[in-house]
Amino acid sequence: MEEVKLMKGNEAIAHAAIRAGIDGYFGYPITPQSEVLETLEAEMPWRTTGMVVLQAESEVAAINMVYGGAAAGKAVMTSSSSPGISLKQEGISYIAAAELPALIVNVMRGGPGLGTIQPSQADYFQATKGGGHGDYHLIVLSPASVQEMADFVVEGIDLSFKYRTPVMILADGVVGQMMEKVVLPPFRPRRTDEQVREQCPWAAMGKGDRKHRNIVTSLELDPAPMEVNNERLQATYKRIAENEARCKEFYTDDAEYLIVAFGSIARISLKAIEEMREMGIKVGLLRPVTLWPFPTKEIERLSKQVKGILTVELNAGQMIEDVKLAAECKIPVHHFGRMGGIVPNPGEITHAFLSAFPEAKQN
Amino acid sequence: MAKVKGAVTIDENRCKGCDLCVVACPTDTLMLQPKEVNDRGYHFAFMKNPDNCIGCASCAIVCPDGCIEVYRMTLQQA
Amino acid sequence: MTTEEIIQSGKKVYERPRLLTENITHYCPGCGHGVVHKLVAEVIDELGIEDRTVGVAPVGCAVFAYNYIDVDWIEAAHGRAPAIATAVSRLYPNDVVFTYQGDGDLAAIGTAETIHAANRGENIVIIFINNAIYGMTGGQMAPTTLLGQKTATTPYGRQADLNGFPIKISDILAQLDGTCYVTRQAVFTTAATRKTKAALKKAFQNAMAHKGTSVVEVVSNCPSGWKLSPEKANEWLNEHMLEKYPLGDIKNV
Repeated sequence: MEEVKLMKGNEAIAHAAIRAGIDGYFGYPITPQSEVLETLEAEMPWRTTGMVVLQAESEVAAINMVYGGAAAGKAVMTSSSSPGISLKQEGISYIAAAELPALIVNVMRGGPGLGTIQPSQADYFQATKGGGHGDYHLIVLSPASVQEMADFVVEGIDLSFKYRTPVMILADGVVGQMMEKVVLPPFRPRRTDEQVREQCPWAAMGKGDRKHRNIVTSLELDPAPMEVNNERLQATYKRIAENEARCKEFYTDDAEYLIVAFGSIARISLKAIEEMREMGIKVGLLRPVTLWPFPTKEIERLSKQVKGILTVELNAGQMIEDVKLAAECKIPVHHFGRMGGIVPNPGEITHAFLSAFPEAKQN
Repeated sequence: MAKVKGAVTIDENRCKGCDLCVVACPTDTLMLQPKEVNDRGYHFAFMKNPDNCIGCASCAIVCPDGCIEVYRMTLQQA
Repeated sequence: MTTEEIIQSGKKVYERPRLLTENITHYCPGCGHGVVHKLVAEVIDELGIEDRTVGVAPVGCAVFAYNYIDVDWIEAAHGRAPAIATAVSRLYPNDVVFTYQGDGDLAAIGTAETIHAANRGENIVIIFINNAIYGMTGGQMAPTTLLGQKTATTPYGRQADLNGFPIKISDILAQLDGTCYVTRQAVFTTAATRKTKAALKKAFQNAMAHKGTSVVEVVSNCPSGWKLSPEKANEWLNEHMLEKYPLGDIKNV
């Protein structure tokens, strides 16, 4: 029988990590995600699964520990919140460049700067458009529930190994802090060192019986092979874009208008949509589950069906750019967002929708 | 009485002509080629006075490029 | 007895270390990096740990260290080698993990990673090449640059009021409970090089025995950065560097 538990999203991340067979977690406290590290330290998984848990001296050190563990073929992760994720960008760029698997969790808070500890989605650009230096992408998963916080740890680490690329869970502070029912993933054992050696022939873990040495590096001073390295990365991103874009649709079958929203605000938007449907306004919701790759095809399809799109985000309007690109400017695309840690209620979203599309009410 | 004789081999193309082996040699065995250079343009080291060599390996130990290998023989003398 | 005869029938008393790759190093003529690379390769071979050794290369002149010693390597971001070594060592407790870092990497941009890895007593070897200058970027001031020393960014000599003081980071690391062995050596003479090899061997043996963090500082030269011939650079090292950075064990638990 499934075991249903009640816990915070951050706690679900920690429990899921242990159950997913993660080999190492390296973190640094920052609100609103500190429960991830706290829960792991309390659970002491080194006594059960052998998982390494370490509080690093900084986010910079933590992401480089992740880089080291990943370079050695292990399943490793870190978590932080916006200012800390900024510090990790150097390491993330190196991990992407060295084609290593790793899982990074960002439980977003309001910025810029030190900002606030309240929820936000203002790191969308940073997560989906690069973040660190160089031409690279992360696979970005956007959870909207505590259940997805747990599930995406397993999916995220698996995707990162499938494509040898870092994966980010881009959660907002609401999903990190709220308590919900969750069914934790089943336990699966950590890979043995022998399995790592077999499955990750590139890993720098000591030569063992291997004849040649493995070198994990992102450095290549010769421009011709460096371009080849870049082309290989881009080919990976193309495969990811073709295969991994995911979204969830609600009430889109007969929708005349569409709201696009991700994370916690998608759930509040759904409530607003249900209220508007009671008023006879046919609005649907598309919630991108992967923010990169973006569900462009689905939005393009719906853009031929609906009269207008409203993006609802906890930021000044970031995802709207990808929605506009998907809709190819054929229909109006408007944005509604709150910033600085304010989370709007369904009534505000309805009001914003009707302000953007006043004609919807008259139909 | 035993006498120790030594000899070195120098990987001429690996040598960067830094001269540190010449400085380290206690018996004035080594020298840099005054005119000749290797493929990369360095005046490489050679045994100017091979009879002096005692096979102490000082030159090889300080060589930053691992160019030098050292051999030693003990000769029995009447 | 000709040279050929000695080579044919004599005993080979020094050979190129087996674990040095065939690659010709990119280091300048006379650079101490090559000597230390040789010693590291010899020590790993003599201890029989080539199959379970992982090196972490820095950013700086030794950024390509992975091209020269035949073990697994990870190339770190500038200053982060001890964090990377921390993870590898913890995830593979039987591996022997070492970092190879210059003064800028270890004592400027990576000070936090260095001090905290050492303070946690990570079971790693930190090899620290101190040549008091940034070689790779063209001879700028390092944290260990001596007062009065001219570099590309202290063209009139390092002044305490403008640039602060040279840092003796090994002495700081020796204060930390996590370090088991901190020593300062040099490779400017045959005798000093022999001692450096013994120190490196001890450090790697400490890692094999899970004793904590070992730090081997090697006071080295930078003929190009110092604008001296290799011979003169070693003389300058002897006359100036060793006064500020005296050789010997700082801590040996």
